Amino acid sequence: MPKIKVDNIETTVPDGINLIEAAKLVGKAVPHYCYHSQLSVAGNCRMCLVEIEKQPKLQIACNTKVQEGMSFFTESPKVKEAQQFVLEFILVNHPIDCPVCDQAGECKLQQYYMKYDARPSRFEETKVHKEKAIELGPNVMLDMERCILCSRCVRFCKEIAEEDQLCFSQRGDHTMLTTFPDRPLDNPYSVNTVDICPVGALTSKDFRFQQRVWFLKGVETICTGCATGCNVRMDHNQGKVFRLVPRDNEAVNEAWMCDEGRLTYKPVNAENRLRHPLVKTAEGLREVRMETALEKFGELLKNISGHVLLGIGSAEFTNEDNYALIRFLQENFPVPHLAYTAREVEYPSQDDYLISADKNPNRAGVTAMGMKPLASEDRKYQCLIGLGPISESTLTALSFEKDHKVIVFATHREASLDYADLVFPVATFAELTGTMVNRQGRVQMLRPAFAPPGESKTVWEILSQAARLMSRAKPAYTAPEQVFADLAELVPAFKGLNYELIGKQGALLTKQ
Amino acid sequence: MEGFDFPSGILRPHVDLTSWVWFSGVMPIQVKVMERRPRTFWEQSYLPEIIRGLSTTISHLLKHLLRLEKMPTYEYPEQTKPIPEDYRGEHRLMLRPDDTIRCTACMLCATACPAECIEIIAAENPNPDVEKYPSVYTINLLRCVFCGLCVEACPCDAIRMDTQKRDMAGMSREEFILDINYLMKNHPEGKSPVSIAL
Repeated sequence: MPKIKVDNIETTVPDGINLIEAAKLVGKAVPHYCYHSQLSVAGNCRMCLVEIEKQPKLQIACNTKVQEGMSFFTESPKVKEAQQFVLEFILVNHPIDCPVCDQAGECKLQQYYMKYDARPSRFEETKVHKEKAIELGPNVMLDMERCILCSRCVRFCKEIAEEDQLCFSQRGDHTMLTTFPDRPLDNPYSVNTVDICPVGALTSKDFRFQQRVWFLKGVETICTGCATGCNVRMDHNQGKVFRLVPRDNEAVNEAWMCDEGRLTYKPVNAENRLRHPLVKTAEGLREVRMETALEKFGELLKNISGHVLLGIGSAEFTNEDNYALIRFLQENFPVPHLAYTAREVEYPSQDDYLISADKNPNRAGVTAMGMKPLASEDRKYQCLIGLGPISESTLTALSFEKDHKVIVFATHREASLDYADLVFPVATFAELTGTMVNRQGRVQMLRPAFAPPGESKTVWEILSQAARLMSRAKPAYTAPEQVFADLAELVPAFKGLNYELIGKQGALLTKQ
Repeated sequence: MEGFDFPSGILRPHVDLTSWVWFSGVMPIQVKVMERRPRTFWEQSYLPEIIRGLSTTISHLLKHLLRLEKMPTYEYPEQTKPIPEDYRGEHRLMLRPDDTIRCTACMLCATACPAECIEIIAAENPNPDVEKYPSVYTINLLRCVFCGLCVEACPCDAIRMDTQKRDMAGMSREEFILDINYLMKNHPEGKSPVSIAL
C-alpha cells in the first residue's frame, strides 16, 4: 500500500494501480481516450499526461504505476498546457461534424474540448478526408474521419472478444481502422466497440440516427435475454426504449454485453403489445375492460377446487410475478399443482463468457421458489392459470377435462393465445420493478422506464385486484416491495434479502 | 457554530458602509423614499384632464369622419395589413441547388423547440457526402408558438419562417400538421426555395 500525493492530497492506494486509478481514488479525473480499465494499456492518445515530481517530462498516467512516496499533479499549468496541445493535435483532422454526429452529447472529444481546451482552431491547412459510412460488420458502422486512433476497439476484439478482427492499416494521418478482407467484424460482442469508442467513429447499426442522446433518459436495470443477466442501462424516451448499454458489474458482466442481448428491448416497442384484456367469444378473442376481465376471472374460478387447478409460472417472469401466482393459488385453492415453463431455443447461441444457452432470465429464481418444470401427469385439470403464452405442444402434453378453462398473462398478441379463455395484458421487463435471479444465483433488480401501455399491469397487481374482487384476503399487495418481503420471509433461499440490499449490483441467494 | 452555513460569494461592504455583507453577485433592491406632493386645486377637480382626453377622442372622430379614405382600418380579408419582412409566419424547408432537402436531421430545431412540435425521423442519405436526411419532418402548428427558435437553432439555414403566412384556418386538426412534402413546397411567391448559405 504505497503512500502517494495527488495534487498535494496525501493518500494510501493499493499496490500496482496506475495513476489514473489512483487519482480517481481521491476524486480527481485524469482525462483519457485510449485507456480503459478492462483493457490493456496502449498509451497512444497522450491525453492523460500528468506532472510527476522530480521528473523533467510529463508522463502518461495510464502507463505509470504508483510508487512509494510519489507525488504528481493533474492540474498544474504544465499539465493544462499539454492537455490543450494534445486536444489541438487530435482535432487537426477531426471533421467536427457534431451536429450530424450520433455521438454528440456523449462524446469524449466534445467534453474534453469544452473542459480542457475551448480555444478556436488555428489549423489552416486542408483536413485529410477519409471514408465515411463504412460497414464493418452486421452491427457496426465506421466513420473513419471521426476516428482518433485510440485503438480501444482493436484491443477489445483481441482481448475480450478474443477474435482479432480489427487492425490499423496505412501510416501517419492516413491511418485507417479496417477489418481483414472478407472478414467482417462479426464477433458476438462487436457492439461493445461502439460503447467504448470515445468519439462517433463507431456507431451501432441498430441505434444509428434513431435518437439524439440528449433526449434519452437512462434507467439502471438488467438484460433479460439469457440467464446471465448482464447489468445494463436502458435508454428510453417518450415511451420507447432505444438501446441497452452495459453498465459495470465486476461480478456479472464486467463492462460488456453481447450483441444479441442488446436487441432484447425490441418486443417492448412492438406493435402487437396487449393493451387490454382479451376474452374468448364465439368470434374469437375480444378486447374488454379490466373490470370485466376481473369479473370473468372470478366466474371462471368459481367452482374450481385446488386439485384440478394447474398454475404455471414462467422462468421469463420476475420473482414477484411468479411468487404472487404461487401465493394466490396456495391461499385460495387448497393443494393446487404448480410448475413452470421456460423458453426453449432449439439451437441457442452459447459461449463460456457471457452468452448463456439458457435463454430464460429467471430460471434460478423459479427453481429457488420450489417450482418444477412442467411435466405431464396423470391428473386431469379443469383450469390452467399460466404466465406467458403457453405453447400448444405444452397444452397437448397435459390432460384436461372437458370444458377446461385456460387463463394466461401475456405481453403480446400472439397466435398461440387463441386457445385461451381469458388473457390479461402484463407489463414487460421495461415497465416494472422486480427481481430476477441469474445463473450465478444473484438476485438483481429490474427498474421501470415508463408505465405499461393501456390497462396492462404486473401479474401481482392483477392477482391482488382479482383476490379483492373475489372477496379473498390474500394476496393483497400494493407494492413490489411487499411481494418481495413475503418472498424473503417464506422462501428460505431468499432469506434476509430486500431491495435495498440487492441495489444496483445484486445480491446472492442463500445457498441451500 | 453548529448548523451554520456560510453563504457563498464574497464579502463586500454594506451600502451604509458600517457593516459587511455577503455578496453573491446579485445587487440587493434598494429603497429610495420619495416625498409625496399634494395635489393642486385643478388636479383635484380632474376637469382639465377630462377635457384634454375628450379633445383627443373628438379630434380623431372628426378627422375620420371628414377624411374616410385615411381611416386606419383594414377590410380584412379583402385587404391585408402589410407585415414586416421578418415576420414569423408558417415554416418552410429550404432546398439545395439540386432540389434535395437541406435539412440534415441534426434535430437541433427539435431540441430548441419549447413546444415540442417538431418530429423528425432520420434516415441514411443516399448521397455519401451527406450523413443523413429527414425521412419524416412534421411540424404540429397547433403546438407551435411561432417563437422562431427552430430557425435560429438551425446550423445550415434549412428551415425558415419567412413565408409571411399568418392566417391559418382549417376544419380539422390534421390540416395543422404540416408534413415534409408540404414544408418543402411552402415557398412564398418571389422567394427562392434554394439556400446556398453554409
